[in-house]
Amino acid sequence: MLKIEDLWVSIGDKEVLKGVNMSVGEGETHALFGPNGCGKTTLLSTIAGIPRYKVNEGTIWFKGADITRMPMHERARLGIGIAFQHPPTIRGLKVSDMIKLCNPQANAEKILEDLDFVDFADREVNKGFSGGEVKRSEMVQLLAQEPDFVMLDEPDSGVDLENIKVIGRAINTLTEKDKKPSARKKSGVIITHFGHILDYMSADKAHVMIEGTIVCSGSPKEILEQIKVNGYEGCVGCLCPV
Amino acid sequence: MDIGAALREHSYLKDYYWKLVAIDADKYTADVGLHPPAGYFIRAKPGTKTTFPLKTCLFMGGKNKRQRVHNVVIAEEGSDLHIITGCTTPSHAGRGLHLGVSEVYVKKNAHVTFTMVHNWGEEVEVRPRGASLVEAGGSISENYITLTPVKSLQAFPTATLAGEGAVASFNTIMYARRGNIDIGNQTILAAPKTSAESISRVVSTGGEIINRGRMVGKVPEIRAHVECVGLILTEKGRIYSIPELDGWCGGLDMSHEAAVGKISQVELEYLMARGLSTDEATSVIVRGFLDVEIKGLPQALKEEIQKITKLEEIHGGS
Repeated sequence: MLKIEDLWVSIGDKEVLKGVNMSVGEGETHALFGPNGCGKTTLLSTIAGIPRYKVNEGTIWFKGADITRMPMHERARLGIGIAFQHPPTIRGLKVSDMIKLCNPQANAEKILEDLDFVDFADREVNKGFSGGEVKRSEMVQLLAQEPDFVMLDEPDSGVDLENIKVIGRAINTLTEKDKKPSARKKSGVIITHFGHILDYMSADKAHVMIEGTIVCSGSPKEILEQIKVNGYEGCVGCLCPV
Repeated sequence: MDIGAALREHSYLKDYYWKLVAIDADKYTADVGLHPPAGYFIRAKPGTKTTFPLKTCLFMGGKNKRQRVHNVVIAEEGSDLHIITGCTTPSHAGRGLHLGVSEVYVKKNAHVTFTMVHNWGEEVEVRPRGASLVEAGGSISENYITLTPVKSLQAFPTATLAGEGAVASFNTIMYARRGNIDIGNQTILAAPKTSAESISRVVSTGGEIINRGRMVGKVPEIRAHVECVGLILTEKGRIYSIPELDGWCGGLDMSHEAAVGKISQVELEYLMARGLSTDEATSVIVRGFLDVEIKGLPQALKEEIQKITKLEEIHGGS
């Protein structure tokens, strides 16, 4: 589904990603851990194609095509979706209209009901939304968009327990966790700091990113336990190379 | 009815005529005052409600014309009145000057919506002079829309909230490809528990827009908010945003928000991440920006506002 080869990315003069290699197969959901500023959001933003993230070296393959230089809206149309951590307010655009923009065929009513977001249909996108509401709004848009590959940037930050459950359920829908593993076609990557969301959704694999490279990959639960016990410093000296 | 005939028929009208706008306010009002009265007089009798908007039209037919109008509107106690005025010139009209005086009286618990759509020719200069007086429990909502080029437009209507609990709201939508627009409004909050809001959304793709919003708080327990927000979508163009708050005592609540800028890159990227091209995302953002809720706006006009968002110059065409 997605393959990243030796990816070097800078923002302005600062090189943030330094040779990332990663592969996410069809039907797989991966978690991405790492300390603040290590490059997790940069990786997701680069895959999404946000122009200010400049690829200096390396290739991003998606569904067998080289998308490294592809404009971001074309990537979205090809099946890449992203939930932003801090999305902007879109003045004058209602949530219900945003759903139609994401996908004119989407069943808006059902999506809004599933995310307990019916009351927000006529509100302007993200205007005055609380932390949990912003996350649910992002999920609503992604469920409408129906991407084949979904990227979630800290969907559990600043969210109370009740919202985490709803969001976890939405992520499971997006990544087809209701289907048996061999029947799943959709994939995803999720950034999480504390792994709270992993109590409500399942991840097949996890990676640890430190200073712009992936230093460790393996079972999400084991890696999370290690981080909780030894911190990210422990990952630096870890004996399980990628 | 015609204001000239109304002045002859209704002696009480002299108590309203030239009472909110001073005849000697400037050379334009003086010019109107020196000529025979022309314009409309609308009076809503006490308690009457207009379901459909009253549509009036100011039409300037010839070249080098100077159009002078003086309109008086009286909404008696408990009445509801909704007026839409369209101002236009035919394409052959060429140069011209429009001078318009409007005086609007909103009596106790009456509600008036006054929408003015400027659609003049490119060589027309426009000088409206308007004022309204709102009594206790009354409200006025004034909306000004300019979508087509005009040589110059200068207006600064004033609403005075004279009775307790009176409300004023101004909505302004301006789009300037060229020309010079100096537009704004002021509300004088002179009675307790009055509130006012002035919201303007202006877009320049080459024209100059001076965008003023002024609130004068005379007594405690009033609330006022001004929002002057502008987008410059081309390299040339000017938007000068001037929000003014003038508080005369303690215990009042006045605020403003002003911004002039370009379309936010972050907003563009957000929409593009959902599959919209740069042009589509730009349209959505500009449409949302101009989407000010104006009650009873005709569908054709809403469509006209939406059309702006599809114009070539917005997308870097000229």
